[in-house]
Formats: sequence, C-alpha cells, structure tokens
Amino acid sequence: MRDAVIRGAVSRWMGHATQEMIVLAIAVVLFVLFAATLPRFAALDNLLALVRNVSILGMLSAGMALTVIGRGIDLSLVAIMATSVAWMLLMLASGTPPHVAVAVALAFAMLIGAVNGVLIAYVEIPAVFTTLAMGGLVYGLGRFALISVDIVNLPPGQDWLRTFGAGSTLGIPTPVIIFALVCILAGLFLRYVKAGRFIYAAGDNPAAARITGVPLRPLIVLQYVLSALICFVAGLVMAANVDSMNTRIVNSTLVYDVILVVVLGGIGLGGGKGGIRNVVVGTLLIGILLNGMTIMNVPFLMQNIIKGVILLAAIVADTLLNPRDEQTSQQGDI
Amino acid sequence: MRFIKTMLAATMLCTLGAGLTAKAEPYDDGVNQRSYTAMKDKKVAFVPLSMGFDLTQGWAAAMQLQADAMGYELIIRDPNWSTDAGAQQITQLISQKPDIIVVHNPDRNAYARLLTRVQQQGIKVLQVNLKSEATTEAFVGVDWYRIGEHQAKSVVEACKGKSGKVAIMQGRITDPANFITVQAVKDVFAEHPEIQVVSDQSSEWDATKAQGIAATALKQHPDICGIVGLWDNMDVGTAAAVREAGLTGKVFLSSSGGGRKEADCDMVESGAFDEVVIYDVTRQGRDLNAAIAFLLQQDGEAKLNPFALITPLRVVTKENLDERSCWKMEEIQSFLQ
Repeated sequence: MRDAVIRGAVSRWMGHATQEMIVLAIAVVLFVLFAATLPRFAALDNLLALVRNVSILGMLSAGMALTVIGRGIDLSLVAIMATSVAWMLLMLASGTPPHVAVAVALAFAMLIGAVNGVLIAYVEIPAVFTTLAMGGLVYGLGRFALISVDIVNLPPGQDWLRTFGAGSTLGIPTPVIIFALVCILAGLFLRYVKAGRFIYAAGDNPAAARITGVPLRPLIVLQYVLSALICFVAGLVMAANVDSMNTRIVNSTLVYDVILVVVLGGIGLGGGKGGIRNVVVGTLLIGILLNGMTIMNVPFLMQNIIKGVILLAAIVADTLLNPRDEQTSQQGDI
Repeated sequence: MRFIKTMLAATMLCTLGAGLTAKAEPYDDGVNQRSYTAMKDKKVAFVPLSMGFDLTQGWAAAMQLQADAMGYELIIRDPNWSTDAGAQQITQLISQKPDIIVVHNPDRNAYARLLTRVQQQGIKVLQVNLKSEATTEAFVGVDWYRIGEHQAKSVVEACKGKSGKVAIMQGRITDPANFITVQAVKDVFAEHPEIQVVSDQSSEWDATKAQGIAATALKQHPDICGIVGLWDNMDVGTAAAVREAGLTGKVFLSSSGGGRKEADCDMVESGAFDEVVIYDVTRQGRDLNAAIAFLLQQDGEAKLNPFALITPLRVVTKENLDERSCWKMEEIQSFLQ
C-alpha cells in the first residue's frame, strides 16, 4: 500500500509515465507504424490472429502474475502444463472416458501446484528454488512414468477437445475468448475477492500482512494452485490448437518469455505491484512485434535482434523516467 | 525310382549326420563363427539428440534387438536436447572405450572436432541421420537434399496455374537437416521464376510457433498455393493453421518425417498433409544394425573407406496410403522383425 502511494507520487512527478504506459506507448507506436506500412496488418482478422498467437503466452503470464504479485515466482508453469495435458491425451488415447481423463489431469496439475505452495509456505523454501526443482521433477517423472514419447498427438475421434483451441464464436477465435476469460476472472479475483486483495498485501509486506491477520500460508498455497489451474487451461488450448502436446516445450525458453511479459508489463518481481492489465499490455507488445515481423518475413536472427532492442529500449526508458532509489526499490527487487 | 529313393535316404542320413556333429562342434561356414566372436562382448554406445521421440526410440529398439541377439552391449547416453551434455557424454565415453559410438548430431559443427578425437582413440564413429562436418567411418541416414528437392518439386507441381505464392516452414536454422533441405528447396524454386516465396520463417521445430507463423502468413496471402514443411511433428501446427483458415485441400502441404503412424499416416488420411516424405525409421534401424555388424567385424588396423547407407525415401499420399506405410510406437518390435 505504502509503495503504491509512493509510486503514485513519483508518477505524478514524472507525468504518470509508469513502465506499463511506456510499454503501451511503444506498442501503440509499433501498431500505427505497422498499420501504415504493412498491407492487411490492421485488418480485423489479422488482429484476431495476432492476439490468438500470443494467447497461450498471455494465459501463462496471468498465472505467473498471480504468484509474482504475491512476492513469489512459478518456474514450473510450463512443466505442469505440458506434463498434465500430455498425460491427459495419453489417457484419452487408451480409452479413458473424456471427463475422467480431464478430471484426473486437472487434479494432477492442481496437486503439483499445492505441493509447490506447501513447500514455499510451510517448509519456507524460496519460491525460485522450489518451483525450479518442481519443474524438473514433474517433467522428469512424467516422462519417466507416464509419457513414453515426447510429442503426444490428439487421438483420433477426440474432436471435442478442439473446441478449446480451434474454431471461433462470433468471429472471435476460441483461444482469444479463453485468454480473455482467464484475464477477466484473474483480474476480478485480484480486485474484488478478499483473497485477491490479500495477495497484494502479502506481496507488499508479508510480515505486516501476517500481523494484520492475513492467513499468509494458506494464501501462498492458493496462489500456486490457481497458477497450476491456469497452466492446465493454457495446456488444453495449446493441445487443441495444434492437435498435439509437445512435452519438449519444457526445454524451450517459454518460461523466460512469460517472465519477460510480466516484468515488461510493469509487475515488479518484488511483489505487491501491478495487475492483469499489465499482463495484457506486455502480451500485446510481444504479439504486435511477432506478427509484424512475420508479415515482413524478417529472418529469424534479425527478429531476435529487433526483439532484444525494443525490450531493452522499454526497460531503459523506464529506468530513465522512474529512477530507482531507496524509496521506490524494495527488498527482493531484481 | 528306387535309385532316387536310396539317394534321398542317403542325403537325409548325411544331413542328419552333419547335424549331429554340428551339435558337438558349432557349424562353421567360414564366416559365421568369425562374426559371432567379433561381436560378442563388444560395446556400442549411442548418443542421440534425446531419447523419447519417435526417431531415437525406434533406432534404439532396433539396435537393442541385434545387441541382444549377438551378445554385445548397447550403452545409451541421453543428453536430453543439450549439445553441451552430449559433448560431455561423448568425452566420458572415450574413457569407457566402446568399440563404436553411434552419434546423432545436433548441428554440423558441434561435435566435429570431438568425433575426430574419438576416432584417434581407435573408436569407430557411426553417424545417424544428421551428418557432422567431420566424415567418419560410416553414416546411416537420409539425403536431406533429396527430400527438399522432392518436396519443392511437389509444391511447384501443385502450384501450376495458381498464384505461385509459397511458404517455407523451417525448423531450427543451424540444424544440418534443416540447412540442407532448405538449400535444396531454394535451388528448385530458383529454377521456377513463377514461384514466389512469401514466407520463410523458423519455428524452432515447435508446432505452436509454426501454427502462429502459418496463420499469419495465410491471413496475409490467402492465395498461397503450397507450403514446404520440414518436419511432421512441427507441421501439425502448420496443418492446424491451414485447417483453421478453411484452406485444407486448397493449400498443398508437404511435410517429412520418420513414418510414425500418428505423425504421418494419420495426417495424410485426415487430409492435413497432402504428402509426407517418409524416411522409414524401422528401415534405418536395420541399416544401423548392418553398419554396426560390419564395423565390428573389421580389424582395427585395416584402412576403411567411409561408407554411407542412404535411406530410401517413401512418398505417402492419400492415393498410396496403406497399413504398411507407417509404423506404430507400441508395435515397433514387430515392425523391426
């Protein structure tokens, strides 16, 4: 709370230029630039495709945001997503009824989330180490005991699953709708539900929150369970989107992209700051960049350069406009 | 008649007799015993990109089959997609002194020097499917250039009388497979001025990224007439984008892969792929075994010309698709027999 007040004061001083606004401004500039120079960029169907392409990234980022706001981090997101959904596909392939397979896989994901939470809240292991180790454990165990091939295809005759990732309602692709739903629910939770408000308090100052009577430990468990739940939903969309789940995605840089979206959007890793709006802004910037560069057919290495330069520019702009000092930085900030 | 009968009986007696003596002392036709002893108690190591995907699981199953039959040991070191871990494992293997190391290269340069070092220790190196810049005793695998050539020609053919706009869905640009295939594709397209490459992007072998790229490209150019995809498991994403755009059957999608049923034949059957160029993993497994058997029977000192067993390609389309076109992971053993 105190931090928010200070931040508000700083913002007023600096003309309200928070990192979120800087990123939003860059996104708008890029959008206008692409719309003016690239044919069909601003067409509605391309814009929907743009959001669709980053909807999974956005959902995972919303899950990550819940834990980061509560001064934690969840590095096991991708492993939970890939392992639970790949296992579900294998259960479906071996003839398990769909509702049983979904329930078992969902329970598995949430159980992992709960174990994460218990280890962090009650055993008091730092979130970074807990979730880093858990990611490796879940993926390793899953690949060893549950999943024999690393790419699991959607079994024939299970077309119902495609409703999560293919098709559209009123012209809006399903992944976009699910992304929006996840964002709205997570946003409402953070803003209006008691537990959601408590997450800010716990993230801003855990000791103070606890003294005030916030049930800190159960709250931490809840964060990781919710994050795992979002992972599972994102996994369903991913599997439905491309008719398969590639467990190898655990070895990719996806989890760093997720952290990037969260931090870029303006949710400080120190906790207690930001909201789902920041996630949306960060996701959109990445989406616009990716879409524009794909349309321009920019070579892969060049894409990395452009992406890196723009992200650095956003961070440099933030540091120049909102310099860190003893008052604005807090313990745990990196 | 009686003469013939006597002769037959005599022959049978002789054969039986031979059979009896064979029991006491193994029958030696001059090369069989030599080959058994040459392979018995040897060590063959396998360093794949990673275990757990269709190609490497299939090869490992095949190699294990012969190792069990011939009494040599198959050591598998799984670097799980990490080039560093792979290099480390090869280095460690040198001290274990296997007779052959079977290497599946992550790119053209990563292991090149290491492989030469392995050879200097008197260990033979058999490369599989992806060849390093270093040429070693043997190579078993695909001629990627031919795959690219074939796929590009199919797309050119499918684009006749249409827009001529095509897309290339690349995997990882440093992979030798990717590098060579794309080279071939571009060489073919260069001969056809009517072909215009409107999208040439890398999806890092990831289906989700491929889906995103293909969806964007198809939105931008709905009149794309053909797509060359470089790997079946990635092109499920490409195919999903084509389906989503309602262009299945209108955009010719050519892909390639190891012949696993779910990844290839099911995709052709559903119309997601218009063709798939298959390098049959079970065939490659048998070729690997042939190369291993050959290498183990060579004397260490003898000069050996590098040799290659190039995997024949099989193009599967809806027209020629049948039960034998693909193999199933669960039944790999029976496909290998």
